[in-house]
Amino acid sequence: MRKLHLYLLTFVLCLIGLGLTYYKIAVIGLPLAASEQTEVWNIETRVSFRAKPDNAIKVSLPLPPNSPNYFVLDESFISAGYGLAVEQDNTNRVAHWAKRRAQGKQLLFYRVVLLETEESKQESSVPSPVYPQIPNYPEDLEPIIKGMLERARQQSADTVSFSQRVIEQLNIAQSAPAPELKPLLKHITQPRSLAKNLSWILEGARIPSRIVQGLRLQDGKEYSDLEYFLQVYDGERWRSLNIKDGQEGLPSNFIIWQIGADRVLSIEGSSESSIQYTVAKGLREAINIAESRSVEKNIHLMEFSLYSLPVHVQNVYKVLLMIPLGALVVVFMRNIIGIRTFGTFMPVLIALAFRETELLWGVILFSLVVGLGLLLRAYVEQLKLLLVPRLAAVLTMVVLLIAGISVVMHKLGLEMGLSVALFPIVIMTMTIERMSLTWEEAGPAEAFKQVTGSLLVSVIGYLAMNINEFQYMFFTFPELLLVVLAIILLLGRYSGYRLMELWRFRAFIKNKL
Amino acid sequence: MFGILKKLKRSGVVGMNQRNADFILRYNKRSLYPLVDDKLRTKYLAMASGIAVPKLYGVIEIQRDVARLPEIVEGHEDFVIKPAHGSGGSGICVITRRLNNRYRQNNGDLLTEEDIAYHVSNILSGLYSLGGQPDQALIEYRVKFDPLFESVSYRGVPDIRTIVFRGIPVTSMVRLPTRMSDGKANLHQGAVGAGIDMMTGRTTHAIWQNYPIEQHPDTGVTIGGLEIPHWHKLLTLAAQCHELAGLGYLGVDVVLDRELGPLVLELNARPGLSIQIANRRGMSQLLEKISKLKEIPASAAERATLGQELFLKNQT
Repeated sequence: MRKLHLYLLTFVLCLIGLGLTYYKIAVIGLPLAASEQTEVWNIETRVSFRAKPDNAIKVSLPLPPNSPNYFVLDESFISAGYGLAVEQDNTNRVAHWAKRRAQGKQLLFYRVVLLETEESKQESSVPSPVYPQIPNYPEDLEPIIKGMLERARQQSADTVSFSQRVIEQLNIAQSAPAPELKPLLKHITQPRSLAKNLSWILEGARIPSRIVQGLRLQDGKEYSDLEYFLQVYDGERWRSLNIKDGQEGLPSNFIIWQIGADRVLSIEGSSESSIQYTVAKGLREAINIAESRSVEKNIHLMEFSLYSLPVHVQNVYKVLLMIPLGALVVVFMRNIIGIRTFGTFMPVLIALAFRETELLWGVILFSLVVGLGLLLRAYVEQLKLLLVPRLAAVLTMVVLLIAGISVVMHKLGLEMGLSVALFPIVIMTMTIERMSLTWEEAGPAEAFKQVTGSLLVSVIGYLAMNINEFQYMFFTFPELLLVVLAIILLLGRYSGYRLMELWRFRAFIKNKL
Repeated sequence: MFGILKKLKRSGVVGMNQRNADFILRYNKRSLYPLVDDKLRTKYLAMASGIAVPKLYGVIEIQRDVARLPEIVEGHEDFVIKPAHGSGGSGICVITRRLNNRYRQNNGDLLTEEDIAYHVSNILSGLYSLGGQPDQALIEYRVKFDPLFESVSYRGVPDIRTIVFRGIPVTSMVRLPTRMSDGKANLHQGAVGAGIDMMTGRTTHAIWQNYPIEQHPDTGVTIGGLEIPHWHKLLTLAAQCHELAGLGYLGVDVVLDRELGPLVLELNARPGLSIQIANRRGMSQLLEKISKLKEIPASAAERATLGQELFLKNQT
């Protein structure tokens, strides 16, 4: 019964701990390792124009929407002296800059950091568009368009392939113009008009279509124009088609900037305007990305993470959260292996002291100070002092000893000797006192057994507590401590032999059987 | 390694973890520990329930009273000073006789009054107590041990440790001091442990430093075959201690005084496991059998007999 209770409890603890961790990794996107960095795209849009004197200036610039494939991590507007408003309609976001008066050349910047996400699920419920009316084509073009649509209808099976045929015809026509298409082609001079005309022609077959504009993300590229793609509605969702060859789908690393064929930039009260997009790949700490995403997604969990604490408190917790792991090591070494130590948590304390001195120097310093301290204590013993004054005397001597060691090491040019703090001194004094008591009561052999045991356990504890990955993991996912707790609880019910007992009871193995 | 594990399991050896989890945690209420950890309280309890203990000459509780020591020991040629909260025989000072205003310790040292006062001060300040709390010093009768053990112990008093589970004596051993243990009767300090046949009260095998031995390492005398007098009485005494402390799993240390017979020296709520090596027999089968017993005799003498019967049954 009691065992069942324990197992259930450990199970629940593990479930909560691992579940929360999984949630943070999978949903919020916290990285498992500290150094994990994620690629992001930095895009800078630079708008330049010359202000006409005595004219109010109004600039509208469409901004990339939050699409399912790209997530806006960060954006900033740099526009000295301009008023800024960002508007969102049902398809696009637009930034509006305005200024009453300006002189000379003006520069406006919009910078955005995009994160490519894996969830490429389609927009699930797009309102189906209105099916267009057949336009009144001009008389000279009407037969040509009718003919094109007729050919396309014969060679196609559905909306997409129909549209593809139309695109092909128009493009073939462009490279080797059939005489009858010439009147149509003279309207098509650039990609923008090609896209617009395609849309217009498809209206003749009552196919809803729209134009999307976007950027192909390539590191170190500069663009002065967006690329056009045609999207046709197949009755369920929008399908993207390349207006050059009719191929379906958007290229990878393509971000839709604007839906619609409107000009990207509109400026009132200016001349010589130009726009330029600069794309660069960058790296960001995955942890920062997760934080900004959770804010965006309205997940409040991250607000309660340890990362929200002031930095100096964070550093304390980075150490504190590792202590249970050290305790786990002690539990394991004592109850499973059976190594004797001074007290239960003295090894954890010694291991913490090592953090401030580094391992090798820690061990050397520890042995040196404890050894010398023992000698001094043996001397004080001669004076027959009472317990507390004697402890205080030993403490004083340990402080002097460490100070002396620091000075000597500094003179020798070994800076490691300086890295002692308040904490290790107390621990070493306690160790000296414990060790000399054990020495008196149980003899030097036992005292050495226990001091080496303590040292061994604390070295292992230190190594475990100093694994950077663990430090990061316990800090980012403090709920993992529940799993540590579960393991400690389980070890607490371990009633089997300790490894050292196999040695202790070896007489049974030889004699009995 | 799994072979070793299997063998240990088959021999019924109780390990530290099992002792702690299955017996101490389950049968010993934490709140009862002070009764046995404080030798003064144990002694008062024992005296109240008529259990034979070494006579208490006096108690020193505060530093000021250290000066009263000569007054307390007046008229006693020999005596023992021990801390009320000491463990594992630490802080015990045995004075065997007085010599020219000096006190002769059992290891031969001659101590001045000042030396002894310092020792008592140390006890009071908590040097020997667990956790270092302030302590009291007990001054009591020095046991004159039975000549039976004269040849197999080196300076010090051998005692008989019995594990009493639910009031039933389970297993016993004699702990014989050696030169190495400095007259103390603790196995980990180098004393010899000799197993005892529960039926007859005769010593069987012995171990020293976890090695099986036949002769005492200092005197060279064969250890096996010694017959402990008043054996059943001794077991009964041990069984009585169960009621005294209310602990289900208990180690009882008894000494044999040559005139007074068995005297309870101290109780232990966490007795060690080496007793199994001394007896070359694990005790888990016996303990399990006893833990399943529905009824346990009310009288200590009957429980002692029951312990012997169980031992016999378990052997065959």
